[in-house]
Amino acid sequence: MSSTKHKTDPAEMLPRLPGHVSQGRFEQVLRAGHFAVTTEIAPPDSADPAEVLKRATMFDGYVDGINATDGSGGHCHMSSLAVCAILTKAGYSPIIQFSCRDRNRIAMQGDALGAAALGVANVLCLTGDDVSAGDHPEAKPVFDLDSISLLQTLRVMRDESRFLSGRKLDTPPLLFMGASINPFVPPLENRAEQLAKKIAAGAEFIQSQYCFDLDILKRFMARAVDMGLTEKCFILIGVGVLPSARTAKWMRANVPGVHIPDAIVKRLQGAAKPQAEGRAICVEMMQKIKEIQGVSGIHVMAYRQEKWVGSIVKKSGILADRKPWAPTQ
Amino acid sequence: MYRVRLWAVKRSRFLEGIYNSVNPAILLLLRGATKVFGKSLDRLITVMEAQLKGFLFDCKMCGDCTLSKSGMSCPMNCPKTIRNGPCGGVRNNGMCEVKPDMRCVWVAAWDGASRMKNGAAIETIEFAVDHRGKGKSTWLKLAREKGLAGE
Repeated sequence: MSSTKHKTDPAEMLPRLPGHVSQGRFEQVLRAGHFAVTTEIAPPDSADPAEVLKRATMFDGYVDGINATDGSGGHCHMSSLAVCAILTKAGYSPIIQFSCRDRNRIAMQGDALGAAALGVANVLCLTGDDVSAGDHPEAKPVFDLDSISLLQTLRVMRDESRFLSGRKLDTPPLLFMGASINPFVPPLENRAEQLAKKIAAGAEFIQSQYCFDLDILKRFMARAVDMGLTEKCFILIGVGVLPSARTAKWMRANVPGVHIPDAIVKRLQGAAKPQAEGRAICVEMMQKIKEIQGVSGIHVMAYRQEKWVGSIVKKSGILADRKPWAPTQ
Repeated sequence: MYRVRLWAVKRSRFLEGIYNSVNPAILLLLRGATKVFGKSLDRLITVMEAQLKGFLFDCKMCGDCTLSKSGMSCPMNCPKTIRNGPCGGVRNNGMCEVKPDMRCVWVAAWDGASRMKNGAAIETIEFAVDHRGKGKSTWLKLAREKGLAGE
């Protein structure tokens, strides 16, 4: 029931096109066959909405979607739902990250409805990092669902218009559903099957972990193409910006699931300007990844280097002459 | 026990063979027993299951056993209790991101499944566990289900 007395639309939704599941811009870009770019916003340690918008504005004109991380690495920040609500209201196309670490199936289904009601059109379903990785290792890890069960849950809500319990929804959440993959860590030979499971559970787009190893990616993508998986979902490959050899070494030792080959570390070590070299590596990666069959886009994760995202995307030329829509333009 | 658990995954094909040949008989026996004795043997059977599966697989008695579909590696030993793993945090040496001294439960699962006759079962999706089953016997649950094989 909508009331005419109150303004109920926090975000302006696009008309849902035939064959589309959401009313969001991100899905439209992918289904139109464009090579998409997404990035990650670091939710602030602040209750100030202006802080969120300030961070998002940096990406204007270079990205089609902005992921709002959900307590990434087990650290507390502003919630992904709130960040996404602030962004949708401003006209952005955020991707809400749902981690299973902190909430059970009751909370997550409630948040799915809430997110859609606030105009969020995209969701990335993650199992999430363990609490031991973060700054509250004493917290109780929930993990009631895993990413695949979460995908199934959201698909039931969206496509069957009901909760897991069977109780009917008046309006289903029209969410474009995504999942993550990490083709770069064991078991390498089963990662394509794992992707197939995520697609079977409902994933329509994929964002991968950092790619610093093209050989592994090429083998993985060849397998995914063979299995017909790239026909069933849009795969965006993650890239990262490494500021120094020291950070690279620290990341591969301390951040779960990050694989950085020695060749990359050596290149950073030998560079006169490691920061610029790190960006150059990222640009090269993006260009080479775009050439790989079956890849639909790039996901740039530039933690603490967000200000460089625009220039890296521009330099890579992966958008050709397309300029992603942004509310400020 | 961790070492026995690793052995179980290594010998997944062998254990699958035993499971397939013995399981129907055990379930029929349990079904008969539950009909005659009602619930009075439940505690004993549950303890027996917990002891045996605990020794072999570090079973956590989730009440919804997936061993035959997860390469004889119990997913409840995963710190995130993922039922469709692995996650993306696996270390380069195949060890768990949370417990560096433990082989990733799902690396083990896919490895175990690769040797099993019906290993492809790992490719089917297993929905999140029903937490009401915790501490309860999967054997009894199956024995009491309708349409038991062999009937």
